[in-house]
Amino acid sequence: MIEIVNIKKAFGDREVLKGISGRFENGNNSLIIGASGTGKSVLLKCIVGLIQPDEGDVLFDGRSLFKSSVNEVKKIRREMGMLFQGSALFDSLSVFENVRFPLDMLMAEMSDGEKNDQVMHSLERVGLTPAAHKMPAEISGGMRKRVGIARAIVMNPKYLFCDEPNSGLDPMTSIKIDELISDITDEFNMTTIVVTHDMNSVMGIGEYVMFLHEGLKEWDGDSNSILHSKSQALREFVFASKIMEKLL
Amino acid sequence: MNIIQNWGKYFLFLFSTIRNREPFRVYPSLILDEMVKIGTNSMVIVAIVSTFIGMVTCLQTADNLVSPLVPMSVIGTICRDMTLLELAPTFTCVVLAGKVGSNLAGEIGSMRITEQIDAIDVMGINSSSYLILPKIIAACIMIPALCILAAFLSLMGGYLIGEITGAISPTDFVAGIRNGFRPFNVFFALTKSFVFAFLISTISSYKGYFTLGGALEIGQASTKAVTNSVIGILIADLILAKIMI
Ligand SMILES: Nc1ncnc2c1ncn2[C@@H]1O[C@H](COP(=O)(O)OP(=O)(O)OP(=O)(O)O)[C@@H](O)[C@H]1O
Ligand SMILES: [Mg+2]
Repeated sequence: MIEIVNIKKAFGDREVLKGISGRFENGNNSLIIGASGTGKSVLLKCIVGLIQPDEGDVLFDGRSLFKSSVNEVKKIRREMGMLFQGSALFDSLSVFENVRFPLDMLMAEMSDGEKNDQVMHSLERVGLTPAAHKMPAEISGGMRKRVGIARAIVMNPKYLFCDEPNSGLDPMTSIKIDELISDITDEFNMTTIVVTHDMNSVMGIGEYVMFLHEGLKEWDGDSNSILHSKSQALREFVFASKIMEKLL
Repeated sequence: MNIIQNWGKYFLFLFSTIRNREPFRVYPSLILDEMVKIGTNSMVIVAIVSTFIGMVTCLQTADNLVSPLVPMSVIGTICRDMTLLELAPTFTCVVLAGKVGSNLAGEIGSMRITEQIDAIDVMGINSSSYLILPKIIAACIMIPALCILAAFLSLMGGYLIGEITGAISPTDFVAGIRNGFRPFNVFFALTKSFVFAFLISTISSYKGYFTLGGALEIGQASTKAVTNSVIGILIADLILAKIMI
């Protein structure tokens, strides 16, 4: 379980996050949604500790990310996997080496054979075994996302973070990526947080949804109750999509 | 205020490359890779530049020394001292600031904006130590080596052009080079190139590491890396000349 406590972050005099608290349960696909520029990516980066919030804390099963010792933090980090908006694959390494990278760096005690097995297992899980020896520049955007997922899960993380996993993908591929994330979450009982502004994902895989508006948590709940929320901002966000209008 | 902040950030950045390092075993292969990249990619340009500089130095010195009272071998001595004291270390490093510096800043800057550095950090790996430290060490080994090559080729250039044009005979040139040689000057040249290598690699990495934005900013980071490294080299050159000679 991941708990965020009163996270605040400003850049200069622009307050992006104005105090956000919430709780993301084990084995759940939690979604953070909101309009562009509301600070979803900033919040996610605060949660994983890439950005130091001005105030507040993040607790990973009770362990604080910002108040622990360096070694404690390293331990928490080993339990995290993250998929970045642009996949963030290392250009100079092949797909296989990209997925193997965390093992090489962090698992000194593992033998080469074990590492290779683990990598192949991860690639198989995302359906990319045939592309193992290609370079990132040679594969499509959707495949890059899948490599990103394979790299994120190769260490068997407890927590998985995805920043807009389906931006720039066609609807079919988007759904496949969403389902992949959702299946993996169930399979390994992970705590997954996905940042998105895609209503398809919200209705498809959202088990818990947090809606950000103007730096605050405007609404949270499960995806079924989202259509009946009283929040004006959320209704505008949801019904901006024509498909949603027709659904009702 | 801004300048002071920048300096502070630069020193904190340097400190972060050695604090909480990764285990020792990961570094040797990274350093070797970087050494190959810096060394092999810059050898040709260094060779061309230094040979030509050596030839020009020899010809111009010979042209200016017309007095029959001064022995011809003095040309060799002047070429040697100019090469060792200034041309080989400083000139080579200014050229390398353009080549190695822009390369480093561009590579690290593009890793920053494509979130590759964030990806390393999220894994709990110290990205500045993993990415930058090997580059600094490799530069501090390879750039002095390139300066030795430059000094050698520069003197060879003088030797050859002297013979070809008849400006100075090889015997005189060699005699001049050996006359009153101070081994300290070699040490001085190596110290300088070592300091310059450190400046080039750290300033360029710093500029790349803190790139914000997109492709445009990578270009700007590279340019700044080169100009700031060159300024750094020239200031350090002056300071070293003052305290060591
Ligand atoms: N490093 C930074 N420095 C200054 N401002 C920043 C920084 N990172 C983000 N911001 C600002 O914070 C705000 C929120 O950005 P963020 O990237 O979190 O939006 P988002 O909700 O993820 O939007 P999108 O859906 O478009 O990705 C933006 O106005 C942005 O300009
Ligand atoms: Mg974003």
